[in-house]
Amino acid sequence: MIRVVLPFHLQTLAKTGPEVKLEVAAAVTRDSILDALENAYPVLCGTIRDHVTLQRRPLVRFYACGQDLSHHPPDAPLPEAIASGAEPFLIIGAIAGG
Amino acid sequence: MSSVRVLVGTRKGAFVLTSDGKRQKWDVSGPFFGGWEIYHMKGSPVNPERIYASQTSSWFGQMIQRSDDGGKTWEPVDKKFDYDGDTGTHQWYDGTPHPWEFKRVWHLEPSLSDAETVYAGVEDAALFRSTDGGRSWHELPGLRRHGSGSQWAPGAGGMGLHTILLGPNGSGRMFIAISAAGAFRSDDAGETWKAINRGLKSEYIPDPNAEVGHCVHRIASHPTPPDVLFMQKHWDVMRSDDAGDNWHEVSGNLPSDFGFVIDVHAHEPETIYVVPIKSDSEHYPPGGKLRVYRSRTGGNEWEALENGLPQQDCYVNVLRDAMAVDSLDSCGVYFGTTGGQVYASADAGDTWMPIVRDLPAVLSVEVQTLK
Repeated sequence: MIRVVLPFHLQTLAKTGPEVKLEVAAAVTRDSILDALENAYPVLCGTIRDHVTLQRRPLVRFYACGQDLSHHPPDAPLPEAIASGAEPFLIIGAIAGG
Repeated sequence: MSSVRVLVGTRKGAFVLTSDGKRQKWDVSGPFFGGWEIYHMKGSPVNPERIYASQTSSWFGQMIQRSDDGGKTWEPVDKKFDYDGDTGTHQWYDGTPHPWEFKRVWHLEPSLSDAETVYAGVEDAALFRSTDGGRSWHELPGLRRHGSGSQWAPGAGGMGLHTILLGPNGSGRMFIAISAAGAFRSDDAGETWKAINRGLKSEYIPDPNAEVGHCVHRIASHPTPPDVLFMQKHWDVMRSDDAGDNWHEVSGNLPSDFGFVIDVHAHEPETIYVVPIKSDSEHYPPGGKLRVYRSRTGGNEWEALENGLPQQDCYVNVLRDAMAVDSLDSCGVYFGTTGGQVYASADAGDTWMPIVRDLPAVLSVEVQTLK
């Protein structure tokens, strides 16, 4: 199972806790995780990536295994620790404010 | 026994304030959608238990929420606002063409005759309609394809379609306003549009007859007579007696004619309300005194209403969608501030009291009068 950590606003929208577990049948990539997430929680469609272009929303970032993966190709394989569930895939709202 | 329900959208969630017809004791519920910006909420005049809300975030985009029990519970509905066909371009801040890009829903206007039909004014400026209770949205592209569309430009707050006024049932008449393009009218239910900005004067527009480019902050009207409109422009309070074909200034003795809100008494079509703000650079009341100004003559002659409002050290703003009136016999007037206060008057503005004092910055206020 893939572990995905959601930001607070998306937890309240999807009515989940901080972490959700997903089955990802295909190769574990950013897009395959997001496909599985949106399939499990349709209300999240369009909140992480644009629903038409599938581009990451500008103020959303992706982290895993201590790395910022936001600019990695969306179809690039993710580290094995993500695929095995040892480490979570983190979806983060960009830090801002004062 | 009548009652009222006040729908408050804030920077960090929605609140529902309820009272009986005396409007002295209030229950406050919320926050709903905590942490999200709620640009606007409005109930259906056909089914008051049906309320629509625009929930938005610069991080996570747009959501439309719907309640069928008067705001107690909510259901997310559709959020896809796809422009119709080729988006074309409008003018960007630097004068270059810029493609239309959806950012958020500023205003929701439920139909006067069908609870399933609701209009949405969005940024970048366009008008959408849903006929299935918000489950799907379709643009009325005639507005964006108005011949002037390529000249529209955003104001500092974005290029939002923030005002939607629906004419009498069956008339097909609609008015909308866009910052900073101006006001437009449709007489065929939104298929085609006419710019209605003649008589508006904006200091930095060299052409006094410019068809578009005016920063209209808000338009208000009373159902009768239907051709009378009132406008709070960036600067100037304006009036039209011919459905927007011509405007004239009615700022009269206001201490400042800059402001955002304007509204009309529920039973007196010539009684209007504004909240003067010091200037476009200083978004707070003149002298730190929060005052609503009321004209009982359709403009030009204004009286300050201050009983119950803070008269020193008050430096809040009142945003364009943050004033509303109820339709009880003694008309209630309500407005919210960027300081998080919602003030109510149960006597048409003579006296005021805060319903709540410490909400997040208020973006919008709407009132439902419940029988």
